[in-house]
Amino acid sequence: MPAGSNGVHRLSHGRALGLRTFLLSLACITLMMLDLRTDVGKPIRSVLMQITYPLQAVAALPATLANWSGDSTRSRAELALENARLKRERLLADARLQQLNVIIAENERLRAMLDARPRLGTDVQVAQILGVDADRFRNRVVVNKGASDGVVAQQAIIDANGIVGQIVSVGPYTANAMLISDPGHAIQVEVVRNGLRTVAFGAGDKDQLEIRFLPNNTDIVVGDLLVTSSLGGEFPPGYPVAEVTAVEIRPRQEFAKVTATPVAALSRMREVLLLAPLTPPAPDESNDGTE
Amino acid sequence: MAPSSRERTSVVYIALIFALVLSAVPLPEFLAAHRPDWVALVLLYMAIYTPGHWLMTSALIAGLVMDALFGAPLGQYALALIVACYLPHKLHLRLMLVPIWQATLTALLFLAVYQFVLFWVNGATNNDIGAAFHLWPIVSAIIVWPLTLVILDTARLGRRKKS
Repeated sequence: MPAGSNGVHRLSHGRALGLRTFLLSLACITLMMLDLRTDVGKPIRSVLMQITYPLQAVAALPATLANWSGDSTRSRAELALENARLKRERLLADARLQQLNVIIAENERLRAMLDARPRLGTDVQVAQILGVDADRFRNRVVVNKGASDGVVAQQAIIDANGIVGQIVSVGPYTANAMLISDPGHAIQVEVVRNGLRTVAFGAGDKDQLEIRFLPNNTDIVVGDLLVTSSLGGEFPPGYPVAEVTAVEIRPRQEFAKVTATPVAALSRMREVLLLAPLTPPAPDESNDGTE
Repeated sequence: MAPSSRERTSVVYIALIFALVLSAVPLPEFLAAHRPDWVALVLLYMAIYTPGHWLMTSALIAGLVMDALFGAPLGQYALALIVACYLPHKLHLRLMLVPIWQATLTALLFLAVYQFVLFWVNGATNNDIGAAFHLWPIVSAIIVWPLTLVILDTARLGRRKKS
């Protein structure tokens, strides 16, 4: 085998190949451990996301084109019907909003009377799903807002129905988000009916979350609505998360098997809302007259 | 075996970028599970038919790009690609001459190694999705690999070499 004269690198033969593979594998494992345990990976990932942005944009083209052509070819009758429906829904929503404003004002007055801290307002930002993340192992999406739009990690994401997930990593123009159905995701929830606090874990299934560690005699039934709890975490309290679909008492096990279906349409999202990042409440300003 | 003057090796790099885009294109749920591992297949082609042209470096870079695209721990896909490409590259002289059906078997074995490494890392990082998700793409490769072989060979050499 002539060496060096045929364009094939000498290093790719024999023991040198094995050594190179071994060293590169070791480097990859080290990189993985660093990425998982420390923050060293974040700048690298950010740079990689910047470089791969054109790739992502191209990859998103077919879906965008399909949506655009779907939207552009609807009949006038369809559009007129949808227009009427949206106007009706808007009217109903406005009516409830009037109620809401009154309640917010009352709430502020009551809190002021009790000397409690004022409730935080919530700003929202509309974003589009650039593509359902193609890694079938993770329930992730890419949104079309990034650091240049003020997006930060751990921002909550909702759709029209409820909680969708949270931002995980931010690129300059896009951001990766983890859905609540991701096995690596757990969200603190509260049962609306009785205030019971528990945690909903993702299990890889967009239609099913697992509520783990509930004793068999817990007061939870099929149909209960779970909302984000006020116990802290990245999500503002009170947003719908999921509805309980099955409660299985297992007498010989410690915990019951409870599953819930997310209320957000995790498989069919196009537009979502990014909620403003929760800042910790300002320290109580006591009434000592120094203001 | 010197590359002939009519051989356009740069085709494989274009194919690699194309494969990366194909991996990222959003697909409906029922199709997504069966998506073939395009990047792995192109790298397998590179390992057997264009050895020595920066195979391991390409595997590393393509792997890191996929990790960034998918939000995986940096190095997971890179590790899987590098480990899987070792044997085909080492045995490329023999594998080059094999008929298509046998080449498909090789591809299936290669993908099994690739998916196994991904499965292992997923397990180690407590990201357990069902094992089925690792197996479907291997099945898709049965159809996809011969096609890929023919397309890349035609693009690179101008016509499929009789083997």
